[in-house]
Amino acid sequence: MSTFLRSRWGVLAGFAVGAVLLLVAAPAALSVFNLALLGKFICFAIVAVGIGLAWGRGGMLTLGQGVFFGLGAYIMAMHLKLADASLFGGSGVPDFMSLYGSGEVPGWWEPFRSPVVTLLAVVLVPGLVALVLGLAVFKRRVKGAYFAILSQALAAAFAVFLIGQQATTGGSNGLSGFRSFFGFDLKDPSNKLMLYSIAAVVLLLALAAARQLMHSRFGELLVAVRDQEERVRFLGYDPATIKTVTYVIAAVMAGIAGALFVPIVGIISPADVGVIPSIAFLIGVAIGGRATLLGPVLGALSVAIAQTSLASTFPSFWVYFQGLLFVLVIGFMPGGLASLPRLVSRLKQRNTEKRSTAPASAPQVPASAAPTTATTATTVPEEASR
Amino acid sequence: MTTPTLLPDGEPRAGGLRHGRPKYLEVRGLTVAFDGFVAVDNVNLDVVQGDLRFLIGPNGAGKTTIIDAITGLVPATGSVNHTGTEILGRKVHKIARLGVGRTFQTASVFENLSVLQNLDIAAGPGRKARELLRRRKGVDAAVQEALEIIGLERAADKQAGTLAHGQKQWLEIGMLLVQNSEVLLLDEPIAGMSQDERDETGQLLRRIAASRITLVIEHDMDFVREFATSVTVLAAGKVLSEGSVAQVQADKKVQDVYLGTAGMEGH
Amino acid sequence: MELLIGQMFAGLSLGSVLLLAALGLSLTFGQMGVINMAHGEFMMAGAYTAFVVQRSISDAGISLLVSIPVGFLVGGLLGLALEAVLLRRMYHRPLDTLLVTFGVALILQQAARDIFGAPSVDVRAPAWLQGNVELLGAPIPLTRLFILLLSLVCLAGLVAVLKGTPLGRRIRAVVLNRDLAETSGISTRRTDQLTFFIGSGLAGVAGVAVTLIGSTGPYLGTNYIVDAFLVVVAGGVGQIKGAVIAAFALGVLQSVFEFSTTASIGKVLILVLIVVFLQLRPQGIFSLKTRSLA
Repeated sequence: MSTFLRSRWGVLAGFAVGAVLLLVAAPAALSVFNLALLGKFICFAIVAVGIGLAWGRGGMLTLGQGVFFGLGAYIMAMHLKLADASLFGGSGVPDFMSLYGSGEVPGWWEPFRSPVVTLLAVVLVPGLVALVLGLAVFKRRVKGAYFAILSQALAAAFAVFLIGQQATTGGSNGLSGFRSFFGFDLKDPSNKLMLYSIAAVVLLLALAAARQLMHSRFGELLVAVRDQEERVRFLGYDPATIKTVTYVIAAVMAGIAGALFVPIVGIISPADVGVIPSIAFLIGVAIGGRATLLGPVLGALSVAIAQTSLASTFPSFWVYFQGLLFVLVIGFMPGGLASLPRLVSRLKQRNTEKRSTAPASAPQVPASAAPTTATTATTVPEEASR
Repeated sequence: MTTPTLLPDGEPRAGGLRHGRPKYLEVRGLTVAFDGFVAVDNVNLDVVQGDLRFLIGPNGAGKTTIIDAITGLVPATGSVNHTGTEILGRKVHKIARLGVGRTFQTASVFENLSVLQNLDIAAGPGRKARELLRRRKGVDAAVQEALEIIGLERAADKQAGTLAHGQKQWLEIGMLLVQNSEVLLLDEPIAGMSQDERDETGQLLRRIAASRITLVIEHDMDFVREFATSVTVLAAGKVLSEGSVAQVQADKKVQDVYLGTAGMEGH
Repeated sequence: MELLIGQMFAGLSLGSVLLLAALGLSLTFGQMGVINMAHGEFMMAGAYTAFVVQRSISDAGISLLVSIPVGFLVGGLLGLALEAVLLRRMYHRPLDTLLVTFGVALILQQAARDIFGAPSVDVRAPAWLQGNVELLGAPIPLTRLFILLLSLVCLAGLVAVLKGTPLGRRIRAVVLNRDLAETSGISTRRTDQLTFFIGSGLAGVAGVAVTLIGSTGPYLGTNYIVDAFLVVVAGGVGQIKGAVIAAFALGVLQSVFEFSTTASIGKVLILVLIVVFLQLRPQGIFSLKTRSLA
């Protein structure tokens, strides 16, 4: 069974099942409202795929994914605002600008009138920001902890910046009230279904890309960099390049997810992109299994579903629960649920060892002797990069 | 496509190859200072292709620091010339690409990857991006040969972290081989090995050194006597003596340094 | 001119709060590699301590003077508990400590919210701290002067402990080489606990201090934690000197930027400056020199 799942046909079958579930079963079973909700969760799951690559495989603690998510989202939101203003207002000036600002569209908004520029920017802007930060940090061999703190500071600064620019970014209210998406009416249920389907397809594509990366030589190299960065250097590779590439890929995924989030959810605000949401992206990834392919996706979806059903009814309880999740999962089960089978088999092993009064010289089975294959390095390193 | 031959014919000899234009590593005035403490003091060192040079000396003599300096890990002044190319002052990975490879005192392999993956990574810094993004298919000829040389063919799919200590050291040497380094810098490759493993490692060193520039840090004098073709003695950051094993053992200065440390005889 | 001096002093005052917050972080980060996101909540706990103390001691002056040591104790004990229950089993996973302590921070925030309510509370400043003094014609609020002095006193105390006591020598030994310290008979366990106690206690004091210049809410810590970490990054891990310079530099720069542009652009500029600075000195202003590969 497990060999089938790992074979080419097994993987294709897995993707086919995922595609049927997401694209056929879910739309048939869910109401329009719930489908949009699932679409929103799928956006988070796309971010999670990137975090799984950068953090789980690459050991880079990316605490600023909200920034890339936000860049993609705000770029898309700006375009939708401008398009709406031309379509419905006639003036070409988004409503909130006349409310808070001079009533003129600032110059740096103008490029996003063009749908082509917008779509390119959704990918390129987060990618470029990640490229610059990644090169600056990794080329100079700044410590892993510093990278985590800097990426977090970036999220904090980004949110403060957005809040401060009330007249051009909507401030803490953010941007909302979109009516059309590239000419499609956002109120029309069939268009909502279309948006959901796009998100689902993007998630499947992101998964396919992540899988290809993980199983390629690059993926092996990435694990090597995570575990022993200096050693890789002595083999003639520049780890900075490998890490930057991975970081950029994760950023682009977050940016695309943000751009999809805007038309599906209908609002983007600094509350979605700051320090707290940026870290919150990580918990789902950790629960599912940060170094696995599907773990981050399933984890992110479960956390999002749990949050939606619990947070509104028991807001206080939800925060405690979320805090506890961080403590328990990261503290006591760093491999996530994906490591559960291994933990269980290790426990069983320990029990049988205890029961059998074997002599002290009994063959010691190393902890990592549990079934692993040559092509998957799913274990979380004991020494996450420092 | 010709089959790669990681193992040349012949034996290493003092002074290196006698024919053609042998490659060389020429160290001049190498100095490393940490916060005013001079760990390596104006060291000159020449190793020629085909010579199996051992670097010995008491603890704290600066042996590992010399390798660290040559490979770019610690900043140093002076000059290190590899067959006409100055390598000092370059970045670690650039130096590695110029054909300078090293191992570490504590075997450092990628424990979460398989033996095969370890070797494949070592073989690959020259790969193009497109190759990197594809899945590894089959086994490179050089990697296969290295697996056989280091005797780990049957462990190819084992996680490197589960290997025995000696096997990890061999894997490191295998990685050096597929890395195609012309300069091999080995830091105590037989530390912690059994007598049999030591002998095998020594034989392996003799075989690979015949066509390479090899510098081995070692403490065990029996091992040095058996396998070295030439020896450099280091003490307090300076070169004390150089020559064949017999020559340096007869050197009064060397005897003085080792007096009471029991380093030259036994362990 | 007066405006400039006023801005400079506002910067120094912000810097002194950052310093109080960053000293403890720098200690625990330097010694154990722990990135404690709950440090900001220890500040928040110190601030609420001042609030609670003032409810039982109505004299604002006495309550402030009592709050400082009590705040230290509250912060310190919280830190001790965190270390004992969670962090000590995670010293080999430094990056993961950040996420675990973030979870702790969430729990502490919500606990404060459930205990004290969501709206902010205020702590009255004593009469002798109300008003201004003149410095070169610029009015300097006495509360800010007090905070500056308080942070300098804490700094002096910490330096005295580190340089002058056996505990301090043990701490410095463990920072430099944990294994060697352990083999030379130092109980690293005890040292780690004490470091955590002192570092977290300083956060408690910082919390008491900020009640003088603002109101206290459950999310007070989140305002300071990121900047305090930036101080540690820029100053160099485990470097008191570096933390001092970085804290005051960051404080002054922030208030200068806010003055000449806007608060939001100032934040971005500071971050850019730090990234550029790390290009020149990736280890921060000062760094430990060791031979290790990492």
